[in-house]
Amino acid sequence: MVCNTCLFSVWQSCMMKACRMRKLNLFYGIRVRAKSWSYVFGEDVGFGGVFRCTTGLADTFGKHRVFNTPLCEQGIVGFGIGLAAMGNRAVAEIQFADYIFPAFDQIVNEAAKFRYRSGNLFNCGGLTIRTPYGAVGHGALYHSQSPEAYFCHVPGLKVVIPRSPTQAKGLLLAAIRDPNPVIFFEPKWLYRLSVEDVPEGDYTLPLSQAEVIREGGDITLVGWGAQLAIMEEACVEASKEGISCELIDLRTLLPWDKEIVEASVNKTGRLLVSHEAPITGGFGAEIAASITERCFLRLESPVARVCGLDTPFPLVFEPFYMPTKNKILDAIKASVNF
Amino acid sequence: MALIRRAGRSLSMLKRSSLFHGKQKKQRQQPIVSPSLPNLTPHLPSSLIRLQINTTYSAIPRGISSCSFRSSYIPNRLLTSEAQPKLPDEGIDDTQFLDFPGVKNTAFTCDLKFVSEKSEEVPCYRVLSELGEPVDGAKLPQMADALALRIYENMITLQVMDYLFYEAQRQGRFSFYMTCSGEEAAIVASAAALSNEDVIFAQYREQGALMWRGFDLQEFAHQCYSNSADYGKGRQMPIHYGSKKHNFVTISSPIATQLSHAVGAAYSLKMDRKDACAVTYFGDGATSEGDFHAAMNFAAVMEAPVLFICRNNGWAISTPITDQYRSDGVATKSRAYGMRSICVDGNDALAVYSAVKSARSMAISESRPILIEVLTYRVSHHSTSDDSTKYRSGEELSHWKVMRDPVVRFRRWLEGNGWWNRQKDTELQSHSRKKIIAAMMNAESMKKPPLSDLFTDVYDSIPTNLKEQESYVREAVAKNPNLYPSDVPL
Repeated sequence: MVCNTCLFSVWQSCMMKACRMRKLNLFYGIRVRAKSWSYVFGEDVGFGGVFRCTTGLADTFGKHRVFNTPLCEQGIVGFGIGLAAMGNRAVAEIQFADYIFPAFDQIVNEAAKFRYRSGNLFNCGGLTIRTPYGAVGHGALYHSQSPEAYFCHVPGLKVVIPRSPTQAKGLLLAAIRDPNPVIFFEPKWLYRLSVEDVPEGDYTLPLSQAEVIREGGDITLVGWGAQLAIMEEACVEASKEGISCELIDLRTLLPWDKEIVEASVNKTGRLLVSHEAPITGGFGAEIAASITERCFLRLESPVARVCGLDTPFPLVFEPFYMPTKNKILDAIKASVNF
Repeated sequence: MALIRRAGRSLSMLKRSSLFHGKQKKQRQQPIVSPSLPNLTPHLPSSLIRLQINTTYSAIPRGISSCSFRSSYIPNRLLTSEAQPKLPDEGIDDTQFLDFPGVKNTAFTCDLKFVSEKSEEVPCYRVLSELGEPVDGAKLPQMADALALRIYENMITLQVMDYLFYEAQRQGRFSFYMTCSGEEAAIVASAAALSNEDVIFAQYREQGALMWRGFDLQEFAHQCYSNSADYGKGRQMPIHYGSKKHNFVTISSPIATQLSHAVGAAYSLKMDRKDACAVTYFGDGATSEGDFHAAMNFAAVMEAPVLFICRNNGWAISTPITDQYRSDGVATKSRAYGMRSICVDGNDALAVYSAVKSARSMAISESRPILIEVLTYRVSHHSTSDDSTKYRSGEELSHWKVMRDPVVRFRRWLEGNGWWNRQKDTELQSHSRKKIIAAMMNAESMKKPPLSDLFTDVYDSIPTNLKEQESYVREAVAKNPNLYPSDVPL
């Protein structure tokens, strides 16, 4: 196919001219060059989307490139695979990650395996699936799920989760341009809450590269998405008690950056993983097992996991379900005092 | 102003209703216009005014129990407590006017009547009789002898290849095979009606289409033997062919997943203004999958130039169509999606060719999807893993095999035109057999793909974890080489 010369770039400067602070509204503009094959589609994407992530895109780039689809997740992803197989960039939105499951077969059996099974004759690397995930305070069972672990079990996919607006822009651009199908989980909690100065212009952040966002020497904490803000608060509290925490944002869960976590745990001797998803079979289990294999003799205490409970995501019980700052702080202290 | 704007918006929506320009009967009473309110009507023709609100509202209405509405478009919340003007009713009959957004062309009825579960009969298009003679009144498609002979030769080669590969599997030369006996015309003739630029998303029984495109016997053999020349690098079971140069997307086992891919591909072709369409093949069983429904609906809404070719061969492994769906066939399903369709005698190569050619032209020039139900019969077992004598009668099978062979039917037509004879047939069969056996011998002698092909193409480039795993596997093999297949080079 002819090389795709399309370019995506965040649109926040256009939309937020008046104010310097940019919210994580994830306005993604598509700059169309002479020949471009990029599409953004999903339920309600046309008017801007239920989280306003695609506001204005259809007006700027036309309804043939930015459009609503029928209410059918398996169709959305299947259609996206077809577009990507023809060499296009297809950015498919699944309205809530809770609703991604009808598309599970298309994602796991088709998208993830498209290149491998064809002997690299074909691929759908141009496919990126964006979907809001995670707790929002009142979402309950079907507007709060964190299904990242299911997808981390699928060779051929990439799973990327940003923690902030600046990270989201760079990671999403990288995900869209990455020649592999990527699932980009956007923490919906941060859509309104997270406010940051985001650099204008085009930049990407590397996939499969974790980031140490706080240096420390006593214990390594690993997380992703909205949970990092909670973990950071716990780190601040812990430092008041003389515990120095190193905090790592994994950013890409599949394939994940084992080396950086291993290096950190070799330094600190302790590991704590925290995620909103239920603890059993959660991605924290993979990190715990891998690091235990690699750093067994260095570990001073068992790997701690502070996660959601093994229940469906409840409404009034959300504050009890969530891996809160205090639960994390308690686990840090238990680990340090083991 | 807000009221006028709202009224204007509602009225413009009403204008779009096709029922709107309906009967205008007797004049009803003149509007009562409150002097304190602006005149809502001056810029609009009176015939377009359908709104009549004859109740007052409080500034913050609690409910609408005391009102009567004529139109659903005026919002409930009105910010005035004054009586609203009673706007003229031009006498458009209540029963004609249906303006719900969900339907376009229908009318009210006061008859309590259900829509029948039986659809309108869909005729089955054919042009040749079972004896290969033009049916009375049939208009045969334009087909030169060269094309007709190429179709026939493909069908024969396909039959011979199927036979020999089936036997090869039985002999343990490779693990699996699926023949398309009984469906040769459906597959080859449909492929012949396409252009090489049309992208094919097949199910698994359409090797005839790939053969038509030019995939040669050697390439088929390589894939079935999973050797180092297999384009799929030995990763998939036999018959999971793919070929980029032939615009035939690699087969995957899950049923009906390819349908929505074809829709996405078709949309891409439309946007790129290509003179090409996407084509997807699938069986009767696939029409039960959610992906079928998803793809059909998407194709219609996106106005994608895609051909949905359903090989309705009556069986999904052991499941007959009576256990598969309750509609009368597959072609009738398209109407529910707002899509055009046709039902064709799939054992009549000329009819299949004609229908697909016509559908393709419509799909591209009108940017629309078309469902083509190709009725045929699965003479073969489902696959080499199946024994269909366990679930269907020998009489049924032998009837279709002996009396309803689509290749023989087409041959009769060729012979009737003086383009073919028995001797040529014998020569072709013999020639094909020799070529296929040579291809098989060659494929069998080749090594399998190297071990490194286990780890590549999971992603565009090999990630660290897979590099580690490759080292780990190589160490394991080095310790016990006799426990691993020796025909896979390390």
